[in-house]
Amino acid sequence: MTEAIWKILKNVADPEIPVLTVVDMGVVREVEVEDQKVIVSITPTYSGCPAMNEIESNIQWALEEAGYNEVEIKTLISPPWTTDWMTDEGKAKLQEYGIAPPEGSSADKSVLFGEAKKVMCPRCKSRNTTMVSQFGSTACKALYKCEDCKEPFDYFKCL
Amino acid sequence: MKAQLLEYTLRLGDNALILGQRLGEWCGHGPILEQDIALSNIALDQLGQARMLMQYAAEQKGGDYTEDKMAFLRPETEYHNCLLVELENGDWGKTIVRQFLFDTYNYFFYSALLNSTDNRLKEIAHKAIKEITYHAQWSAEWVIRLGDGTEESHQRAQTALNDLWEWTGELFSMDAIDEALLAEGIAVNLTDIKVQWDQKVNEILSLATLERPEDGWMQSGGKQGEHSEYLGYVLAVMQHLPRMYPEATW
Repeated sequence: MTEAIWKILKNVADPEIPVLTVVDMGVVREVEVEDQKVIVSITPTYSGCPAMNEIESNIQWALEEAGYNEVEIKTLISPPWTTDWMTDEGKAKLQEYGIAPPEGSSADKSVLFGEAKKVMCPRCKSRNTTMVSQFGSTACKALYKCEDCKEPFDYFKCL
Repeated sequence: MKAQLLEYTLRLGDNALILGQRLGEWCGHGPILEQDIALSNIALDQLGQARMLMQYAAEQKGGDYTEDKMAFLRPETEYHNCLLVELENGDWGKTIVRQFLFDTYNYFFYSALLNSTDNRLKEIAHKAIKEITYHAQWSAEWVIRLGDGTEESHQRAQTALNDLWEWTGELFSMDAIDEALLAEGIAVNLTDIKVQWDQKVNEILSLATLERPEDGWMQSGGKQGEHSEYLGYVLAVMQHLPRMYPEATW
């Protein structure tokens, strides 16, 4: 039964990056079934992520639509979400969508003055890129520009 | 121990909540779009951290307490944030320097909190430290840019540093609550944090060509609920809506 539920969740889009599903993002941590009740555990990417409520409702609706009437959504903060949990499929979809996927694994340890990462431009694939700002259009992204094709782009930063 | 843990949780939660609220005031007023977005992002992270801590505080308090009630219905004297975070934003230089002094403290504080024997605080620290790391890097870079920038930016950053210095002592002052919880392995030893903070602050100030002010009289009281004249105004704005319209929802 949990397999069928995972299948449904694989069609629930992330509200902020709609090309990804909540499963691609690694936001769904666990699915359990107790009698007739479905318990889905989700975890926020950033602690202040404003999309969490919407993700919760979207999961609720998708499951109710599929006939699961008793659904409980739990929020877990531990262990904390990391970009390592994003599926490879998800990373490929991001790239295609025009957002550079997280490079390398886990949080950037080069904090307090490491050089900014040379991220690959999702459009022209050049690595001749510069970070404009560590903080982008959503909490999970940084803003970059490509020095070759001159386009700005979002980078899904490692966390 | 129970009452002490609750107050400790509120100290952390209120630091995040009040600074998040202060930074939120910049939204739409930043000097350039990217930095407006950066400050709003940092404010959002702090609000997220505040929520986790307020939820924990509300659970400890029990009854019908909720995170919202903790945030919006406490009077000024029941807030336990340090004074530094409630100060007015001032100009860009002052906001950046305040952020740098606090982020640097917060970075070492939460790094130490990762080892807390209180499981919930430990979990929250694991989540928060990743975000705080980005904040600390951002504000340190800006201090260098302003300090080692133009004559005007240097002078404004130095003035901000001189004005803010007396509010930094409280970050490291241990009171009975800190001591009692430290003995249990729950709280962070602020004396250790001070050593790390001094080192990082000196390093960044030197890169920024800014002069570290002499330690003098240090303001205190925020942690214990005695606030500056500024907090009341912050709360008036923040609490207005839920107090005026108690049933309001999104």
